[in-house]
Amino acid sequence: MALDSKVPKGPIKDKWTAYKNHINLVNPANKRNIDVIVVGTGLAGGSASATLAELGYNVKSFAYQDSPRRAHSIAAQGGINAAKNYQGDGDSTYRLFYDTVKGGDYRSREANVYRLAEVSANIIDQCVAQGVPFARDYGGLLDNRSFGGVLVSRTFYAKGQTGQQLLLGAYSAMNRQIARGKIEMFNRHEMLDVVVVDGKARGIIARNLVTGEIERHSAHAVVIASGGYGNVYFLSTNAMGSNVTAGWKVHKKGAYFANPCYTQIHPTCIPRSGDYQSKLTLMSESLRNDGRIWVPKNMEDVLAIREGSRKPTDLSEEQRDYYLERRYPAFGNLVPRDVASRAAKERSDAGYGVNATGEAVYLDFAASFERYGKEQAKINNIQNPTKEKIKELGQEIVKAKYGNLFQMYEKIVDENPYETPMMIYPAVHYTMGGVWVDYNLMTTIPGCYAIGEANFSDHGANRLGASALMQGLADGYFVLPYTIGDYLADDIRTGEISTETPEFEAAEKAVTERVEFFINNKGAHSVDYYHKKLGKIMWDKCGMSRNAEGLKIAIEEISELRKDFWENVNVPGTTKEYNEQLAKAGRVADFLELGELFAKDALVREESAGGHFREEHQTEEGEAKRIKEFQFVSAWEYKGEPKDAVLHKEALAYENIEVKERSYK
Amino acid sequence: MNLTLKIWRQKDSKTKGQMVDYKVTEISEHMSFLEMMDVLNEQLVNAGEQPVAFDHDCREGICGMCSMYINGEAHGPDRGVTTCQLHMRMFKDGDTITIEPFRAAAFPVIKDLVVDRSAFDRIQHAGGYISVNTSGNTQDANSIPIPKKAADEAMDAATCIGCGACVATCKNSSAMLFVGAKVSQYALLPQGQIEAADRVQNMVAQMDLEGFGNCTNTGACEVECPKGISLDNIARMNRELMKASI
Repeated sequence: MALDSKVPKGPIKDKWTAYKNHINLVNPANKRNIDVIVVGTGLAGGSASATLAELGYNVKSFAYQDSPRRAHSIAAQGGINAAKNYQGDGDSTYRLFYDTVKGGDYRSREANVYRLAEVSANIIDQCVAQGVPFARDYGGLLDNRSFGGVLVSRTFYAKGQTGQQLLLGAYSAMNRQIARGKIEMFNRHEMLDVVVVDGKARGIIARNLVTGEIERHSAHAVVIASGGYGNVYFLSTNAMGSNVTAGWKVHKKGAYFANPCYTQIHPTCIPRSGDYQSKLTLMSESLRNDGRIWVPKNMEDVLAIREGSRKPTDLSEEQRDYYLERRYPAFGNLVPRDVASRAAKERSDAGYGVNATGEAVYLDFAASFERYGKEQAKINNIQNPTKEKIKELGQEIVKAKYGNLFQMYEKIVDENPYETPMMIYPAVHYTMGGVWVDYNLMTTIPGCYAIGEANFSDHGANRLGASALMQGLADGYFVLPYTIGDYLADDIRTGEISTETPEFEAAEKAVTERVEFFINNKGAHSVDYYHKKLGKIMWDKCGMSRNAEGLKIAIEEISELRKDFWENVNVPGTTKEYNEQLAKAGRVADFLELGELFAKDALVREESAGGHFREEHQTEEGEAKRIKEFQFVSAWEYKGEPKDAVLHKEALAYENIEVKERSYK
Repeated sequence: MNLTLKIWRQKDSKTKGQMVDYKVTEISEHMSFLEMMDVLNEQLVNAGEQPVAFDHDCREGICGMCSMYINGEAHGPDRGVTTCQLHMRMFKDGDTITIEPFRAAAFPVIKDLVVDRSAFDRIQHAGGYISVNTSGNTQDANSIPIPKKAADEAMDAATCIGCGACVATCKNSSAMLFVGAKVSQYALLPQGQIEAADRVQNMVAQMDLEGFGNCTNTGACEVECPKGISLDNIARMNRELMKASI
């Protein structure tokens, strides 16, 4: 099947408006006869569910957690971008579009990104109307902060809990529709397959995670909003339950999977401390507004710090290497995430890491305490303030901005970050790759859509900070509700979809057999045993830097591990009960397939772009080197084993941006 | 460190539960409490036994999923943390730790330490929203200035993660800190004024219907709340309720 991105013709700034003016609509009376399934209730799924229900469709929403409010969007910290230009610092729709395409290292689809930038301002209006308590200044207007890879302040925030507040906004919109009966909510349910009837997505098979029952649910369209697959690495900043299963199931039924190798390794996470660790914790990128990243300049200081004979605060300015400011004077500590992560790895690999494992750098707020403190002293008319007073005043400002993050850090690391610099190290955070979608956000299965992190479309090879929340809400509130109508307009005479058909029966049977297999296998190793092994292969060979040799070994190793898993996995309990191990077994089985495709995709992409860094392709200064021939989206078609997957290419054309070497110097 | 764990085991909502003793060894002080539970569960799975079921997801204190009652306190002995943020450095070698589910009539046990908190969702369905369509055709976000103090207080109330520690802690199993926080968030913002009277009445009515108890101003909920939600929110809810009835 040839890939058709269905991007409308015309100038980029008019595409979306012209498109909306010409699509088919469904009349309100007919919407009442149409059902839509939404899998996932994060920012994308939650906002889509609410909006589709408001429009009049009958929505069935699914979440594996006990409430839609707990989807992992809740953990997003720093903020959400919007081209409001409230700061008057030169922001515009075009500039947000430009920054996003450049930040993605020219590997995203122009028209989708422009549309995202275009609707971004509406998101903020919408959220304020919903009662989202964004941070404000003393005049009562909305405040902004800066994020990496941009030269303007366009990020709106609610302390370090922006994702929480936006998700609670979407959740409140859902609640209103649940109360009206327009959304039927299925909490503690997991989608285990999509059902395709006559070539169209017509429903799903789900497992009730409390009773273990396998259920059939039909609809006229299915929307996948199940987030990213960072947990293929075992350790990531994702929630424990975050998984690829919904996306992978639609892939196996015909949806192409795009750019699996594009993963975001976030530069500022709390370093790992031991083998027992179950997950990693992010420290928001917003901290790079006020924190300076450094390692000691001299090796003797590194060693002294590691053995505890010197403290980081003992080192003078001359003894510190603010390596981001040194290497990238124009953007300094606010370079994009992929660049900041690689720079941290470079210093750590060179031996300058500051903790026992050698995998940590400092994020230091001392300069900000002083800067804010002096400003506060002036505002409060304090004459000749002492150093301590300045520090105290400055710390209050930093506390107001990031207090919850400092508290989180202290609880985990047991050190007070107000007194000593934070230690940070990169960790897996987000996946830019995902289910391939066209301009309508439809996958290659008619009637099956993918939105939010689950799709691939907007961030290219590297996502800029505060853009995930923007994309999730843009897709759910403002894009999908239009594009899905164009498709559903043909379904007004279809009537209810029956679940008593051979297709539903076959899908249910396959799902049932699989869960029974796990329980009956009685192997030697736990599910986590395999998940940890997979994670180690992925991190070592498909992590922050990759090479052909390592990727080939990774493919072999994952393939063998998968074989071992199916022979020797041990899942206790029964199928008909609350059984977390059983749910996890299914997720890890899918990660074991995705992981191999991931490595294969990374092997085929013989260039460096954004988060995908191939050691063979770098400049003399160690920067990512793109190759013109790879200016395409890799969309993989399922053919059985991952090794048999077939590559389809969607060429990327840049008509409104000049493709240049990405420079932040 | 080596520890003895006394854990509530209950097969399902219909079966009677009981405390069961377990031993775990070589626990690092840097582990989180749930990582210690992971060690126990891996041990149980490898021994062919059923692991202990407990709710958890983000493991960074924001999703509100984890819900253990540890040594008689919701989320354990530390302050300002959820169970997933509790670290083993709060305990010492040889300790015996008691682990129970969040107990309340409105939170029936599903299995072991997992409870059903859908009553919280139903209270939100009754009025935890502002009736505005998500069309994006609202006025500009800066057209209504909101005093910073009001915005900050609304944010403090909205910080609630809906974990239910307040209910589990309260001797009356009252949900008033939770409901008060939501009512307050909207009551403090101009956008919430239009529906303020209906909202507070409907949410409080649903809260009563779910079987949560009343507030007797003990203040234990505020102490145990992982997000430091203030008792002021209960006072504000009562004021809103009074205002709505006259």
